[in-house]
Amino acid sequence: MANIEFTLNGQPRTVDVPEEMPLLWVLRDVVGLTGTKFGCGMGLCGACTVHVDGAGARSCQTAAVNVAGRDVTTIEGLSDAGDHPVQQAWVALDVPQCGYCQSGQIMTAAVLVRNYADPSDADIDRAMRGNICRCGTYQAIREAIHRAAELSGSGGGPAPGSAA
Amino acid sequence: MSAIRHVHRRDFLKTGALGAGGLLLGFRMPGAAAAAAQAEGPAVLNAFVHIGADDIVTFIIDKAEMGQGTVTSLSMLLAEEMEADWTRVRTRFAPVDPAYGPNQGVFGSLSVRTSWNRLREAGATAAELLVRAGAQRWGVEPSAVRAENGAIVHTRTGERFRFGELASEAARIPIPPNVAQKDPTQFKLLGTSPTKLDTPAKVTGRARYGIDVRLPGMLHAVVAQPPVFGGAVAGFDDAAARRTPGVRDVLEVTGGVAVVADNTWAAMEGRRALSIDWNDGPFASESSATIRDYFERLASEPGAEARREGDADAAIADASDSLDAVYEAAYQPHASMEPYNTVADVRDGACDVYVGTQVQTQSRNTAAETAGLAPEQVNLHSQTMGGGFGGKSRDSYVVHAVELSRALGRPVQVTWTREDDTRHDAFRPAAYVRMTGAVDAGGWPTAWGARIVCPSFAGLRNGIDRTAVEGIADVEYAIPNIHVRYAPPELPIPTWYWRSVGYSQNTFFAESFLDELAAAGGRDPVEVRQRLLADSPRMLNVVNVAAERAGWGSPLPDGHGRGIAAVNNIGSFTAIVAEASVEDGRIRVHRMTCAIDCGHIAHPGVIRQQIESGIVYGLSQMKGGLTIADGGVVESNFHDFEVLRFDEMPRVETHIVESREMPGGVGEASTPPTAPAVGNAVFAATGKRIRKLPVRPEDLA
Repeated sequence: MANIEFTLNGQPRTVDVPEEMPLLWVLRDVVGLTGTKFGCGMGLCGACTVHVDGAGARSCQTAAVNVAGRDVTTIEGLSDAGDHPVQQAWVALDVPQCGYCQSGQIMTAAVLVRNYADPSDADIDRAMRGNICRCGTYQAIREAIHRAAELSGSGGGPAPGSAA
Repeated sequence: MSAIRHVHRRDFLKTGALGAGGLLLGFRMPGAAAAAAQAEGPAVLNAFVHIGADDIVTFIIDKAEMGQGTVTSLSMLLAEEMEADWTRVRTRFAPVDPAYGPNQGVFGSLSVRTSWNRLREAGATAAELLVRAGAQRWGVEPSAVRAENGAIVHTRTGERFRFGELASEAARIPIPPNVAQKDPTQFKLLGTSPTKLDTPAKVTGRARYGIDVRLPGMLHAVVAQPPVFGGAVAGFDDAAARRTPGVRDVLEVTGGVAVVADNTWAAMEGRRALSIDWNDGPFASESSATIRDYFERLASEPGAEARREGDADAAIADASDSLDAVYEAAYQPHASMEPYNTVADVRDGACDVYVGTQVQTQSRNTAAETAGLAPEQVNLHSQTMGGGFGGKSRDSYVVHAVELSRALGRPVQVTWTREDDTRHDAFRPAAYVRMTGAVDAGGWPTAWGARIVCPSFAGLRNGIDRTAVEGIADVEYAIPNIHVRYAPPELPIPTWYWRSVGYSQNTFFAESFLDELAAAGGRDPVEVRQRLLADSPRMLNVVNVAAERAGWGSPLPDGHGRGIAAVNNIGSFTAIVAEASVEDGRIRVHRMTCAIDCGHIAHPGVIRQQIESGIVYGLSQMKGGLTIADGGVVESNFHDFEVLRFDEMPRVETHIVESREMPGGVGEASTPPTAPAVGNAVFAATGKRIRKLPVRPEDLA
């Protein structure tokens, strides 16, 4: 066990967990933030995607010790009022079906939209192919990402501190 | 008033379905009980609608939500008839209660179909009670007032009372019989596509699924299950597991060994450290190859007759051109993104179960049986499901949580890992079908024969499991000689309903083989269907619409082909034209044009989503499936069980045919025609006939 200090959704946080415990389970079972989902446990489906220092990361493959001193953002912290451009676009196009994978889809898309002012379909394919949706919302997601890029307006260019 | 039945108010209070104040429009209670309930406080009317003094209208949803839009669609049925203000609608899941019928659940794409009249009646009745309450206030006849967007309006003066102002008065008015419902031409909400009610929570991480349930003092568990079907625990050494940090206990449970811990990861680590001696049983030497041999043998046995018209054998023998082809499909897991999970809290002669289930009543009963309690002692808290696809209509995943909570006296959450979910699901059965047929000198099909071998899970009647033969035996095509036979193999591999059930594989076989017959007769695949569906107008129409919208017959890029397939299932009629090519040894699907006639529609946006969803499910079964080796499933996770990914998504266009027929289902409409439409397109593009699901590179070479 080790005390691991990091920043979670803008707030300092200390957890006493084994160093190798995946961030996913730290979030879900220790901290109690359940918006980040367990889908595969092998980094294959993207349901557990969060941002670590602004870059997309599979929290099921991220050991707790590796976020020490870093800045972790989950779906709960993506925006204060659920109004990140990606979230706005998702609501406007009513994207979710079961919704289970959508936290991960949105967190992945948020990095894409921050880094590309006007992503092409090929950019979207590359960014999103790691996120599985069994309900088949892919077509709606593509449209929503284009919409989110429009909503981001002046977006483009990596945000300060972004490693993505 | 058949839908308005009686309910015990305490059942709502017990599960918190009834808030303080206002009106619960529901199943009226008789005489003294009703009077007693009303004396206690909130007025009670019926089991689907609660109106708060704050004007919030809460609909009690007795179905379950797994992404098919049920919460929104059912709310629209109620809101339409009662003229509720859609912006003030909230929802809750119903408890299990006989008031909602003997078998609450979501299966067979039935939710809108079974609710269409029932909930519109409940909504219209709610409106009528509010109308009468308003009329009383004004001292006028009910006909002088009307319900409109969350208020009762005095038609002459324009005065209004909000629903919340009238709720408790409305609750004291006797339920009137035979309340008129709107004519569909008066619909304002039905037929539109408002943002689904649960969308905002699903984009902010606030949506709670079964796997997100957290109770004070709750422990987390995973269960090791036998690697071989039919296997059992012979013994185990748990010393290392117990030394794993965070592990609290190791217990044998039905069909496995559970590791209980402070968190899910510790439980998984503890399970890795377990040493279990399995009694594998006789299936340990079986594999996909031996199973196929068994199926092949059964295909030559007489079998039971699923359909016989004319003399198919003679027609085939006499025909100048006959065909004989073997089609196969692999076992499929449901692979919902949310793996199976349950939280149980057993104590003091009571049990609370928190689970995303497609079969609420059955899951409640399973929990009761496992806990040694009466069904009424179990409170089932329906959770939003992260996918279901039929898999969550089998409730075996409820048992372990109840056993563990009962043993430990604490709430326990059991989570299946992806590997558990892939290997220990109850699967869409594998199938082996020998199709035979013939065409006449004009090139038109004259005979349709099939020998179907497919495990039975729904029970045999006259030797036939309907779920194993649907899609082949019930085709609407006017072919004069039809002979469909069925033989059920017996295997210890659990099988179950999987989105679109028998149609999921049989429509692939039937529609691909019809394409073979068309090619053998030198006929265009659309032309053949048009001729054979001349007496099936709704099927014919969707075939025509899909073909027209897809530009059937128009030029395509080099290497591309088009294929068509159609199905009549779940009360709807669906046709798809696929455009596909083969690139780098893989099928690339470019465009899917779907036409559906599903009768009256609630929410066109949900229908389009369900069509896209069913297509993705159908394309996934072309890409990945399960193989059996050493008596168990080889695949374990999304690296070896492959599903459709983002960059493989074709453009999907959905055309909803205008229809005044009773609503059909949509959740399972587009999965069946997907694989055959694509397979037929591959044939058109390359001349290569696809006869196996999933499609392996060697099948395209």
